[in-house]
Amino acid sequence: MVRLRSLNRSKIVWPLVTLGILLVFNLFFIPNFFRIEIIEGHLFGNLIDIIKNAAPIMLLAIGLTLVIATHGIDISVGSVVAISAGVVAMLIGGDLKGNPKYPIAIAMAAALLVSTVAGMWNGMLVSRIGMQPIIATLILFVAGRGIAMVTTNAMVIWLYAKPFALLGQGYRLGLPFSIYIVAFLLVLTILFTRKTALGMFIEAVGINPTATRFAGINARNILFWCYAFSGFCAGVSGLIVCSTVMSADGNNAGNLFELDAILAVVLGGTSLAGGRFFLIGSMVGALIIQTLTTTIYAFNVPPEIAQVVKALVVYAVSLLQSDTFRARVAGIFGRREAAA
Amino acid sequence: MKARYLNPRNLPVLVTLALFIIMFGLGSIAFRGFFSVQNFLNLFIDNAYLLILAVGMTFVIVSGGIDLSVGSMLALSTMVSSSLVQKSHLSPLIVIPVVLLLGTGLGLFMGYLIQTFNLPPFIITLAGLYLARGLCYVVSIDTIAISNSFWKAAANSQINLIGKNFISPSALIAVVVVLVGLYVSRFTKFGRIVYAMGGNEQSALLMGLPVASTKIAIYALSGFCSALAGIVFTFYTLSGYALNGKGMELDAIATVVIGGTLLTGGVGTILGTVVGVLVYGIIQVLIMFQGTLNSWWTRIVIGFLVFVFCLLQRLFESRKKAATAKSVLRQPANTQAAP
Repeated sequence: MVRLRSLNRSKIVWPLVTLGILLVFNLFFIPNFFRIEIIEGHLFGNLIDIIKNAAPIMLLAIGLTLVIATHGIDISVGSVVAISAGVVAMLIGGDLKGNPKYPIAIAMAAALLVSTVAGMWNGMLVSRIGMQPIIATLILFVAGRGIAMVTTNAMVIWLYAKPFALLGQGYRLGLPFSIYIVAFLLVLTILFTRKTALGMFIEAVGINPTATRFAGINARNILFWCYAFSGFCAGVSGLIVCSTVMSADGNNAGNLFELDAILAVVLGGTSLAGGRFFLIGSMVGALIIQTLTTTIYAFNVPPEIAQVVKALVVYAVSLLQSDTFRARVAGIFGRREAAA
Repeated sequence: MKARYLNPRNLPVLVTLALFIIMFGLGSIAFRGFFSVQNFLNLFIDNAYLLILAVGMTFVIVSGGIDLSVGSMLALSTMVSSSLVQKSHLSPLIVIPVVLLLGTGLGLFMGYLIQTFNLPPFIITLAGLYLARGLCYVVSIDTIAISNSFWKAAANSQINLIGKNFISPSALIAVVVVLVGLYVSRFTKFGRIVYAMGGNEQSALLMGLPVASTKIAIYALSGFCSALAGIVFTFYTLSGYALNGKGMELDAIATVVIGGTLLTGGVGTILGTVVGVLVYGIIQVLIMFQGTLNSWWTRIVIGFLVFVFCLLQRLFESRKKAATAKSVLRQPANTQAAP
């Protein structure tokens, strides 16, 4: 019983158990789910696909985890993905021969800069003006899609510049290139938050910003940079999304990504009340969502209906996080034990 | 009387109203044929469904909550009603109550989860957004066109007013919803409890108000409004489509905010929301009349307006805080020291 309790406290266990159950389910019900083949020196298979397709959401989840840890939320990330994709596509240009209008590196840097500025805008509204995070980011959520559409002149831009495809479609050492980007950003973030005091400061802001300020920490700046970082992550995610399909569609790029990313963070054990965060948990959360999607597809369910399953998963996870629900369930079991 | 109108609480609404009048005036000067009673009435005709959504949303936000599911609930309502009418050949007399019940039921379900298990409304209604959108595709992946005579009549008929002006049945429904909303928010027990909850839920609970049942009822009301808005939406499109109302939850929230409702809860009026919807409508009309601007500019302008109004709200809040701080300081020392 004691061991069970300590397991319950360690937040990373539940996401891993969920992922494990999903994988075991797939092992039995989907033939060849775990098979990985090597074709032309690249690894192919369902598992690789899951990681590859989860990459954009994982990137968003890294930034969002920090924002949510400060008791905030960033619902503008999907729109920032669209803006980033739009900017990079406009700067590379739809030249049919694949000659970029501006060097690809500059185009990517510009997209990341614009996304970070978008994040800074959110950060300014939350930390300096003191708006509620959901409202502050609602502004960019609404306006961001408009900005993305205006950037691309409301057209879908197709790209033919080959080197740009590396980000979303390329392989290195047999693995999709996007995995390396996620890993690099994740390791960097973990180092900065767990090996320095920054992570503790972020959690402190999430628990009580006023007390944090009295403790001599610049809570406003921490808030500001968390949102800016979330914008940056959304920018990287936008580059990968754009590169995967080699096009930028201001209307559909990153659509509903914010929901998937928030879901990933919550599934990973980071509470929306702030104060604690689990970056690895968020990554597992993103993998759960993608595995779930892949599983649903494997049963020939139309992708759109997958949303129903996602919704039910959110309800289940929210209920598990609710103290009232736990107490009630415990109450039912307690009564049974007493009866026995 | 004068002081009542200059109450800082009314300031955001007055600013919105002034903004609307200025925009209407500018449009009338800049474009021929802009200034007419019919153009004003068209705002109600074209935004009837948004108005209905926004009324439900006002109750939710005044109570201190949020409902992100309304856009998908609207879509689900269009899908279910078109499917029942077109595929099952049921009479509108059965279909409309069924759809309204379905919307209310889903809202009730979300309200129950939020209240009973103390879950954040943001997450539960976000999941509701997924759920309703997904259920749309369970009904049908393709568009379902409606050829029912009742629907066609509702879509095409006009209600004549004085002169040559007219409104549509949808606009009439929206106006009725607004009037009922006004009555409920001002003169019923339910309405007053909503404001009390938004002001301070703990205090409302300690006062012995039925907070739990009211909270559930608020989300059920919002669900009802979304379902009704969905039916009204089918009067425009004469079809059900699963992608209807994408992002409309945020339009509804934006119009409520522009209408002067505080997102922290406790402050806001239905009339303010109506003005908010009118401003939203007039921006669209202005961009349409202007002609060269991309319709996506509507979203940018709306985003900007939400920004301005949130700034105003912050200003108002910090002044109020300063005022309370002063009044506390003015109190005699002995009352503060008393246990």
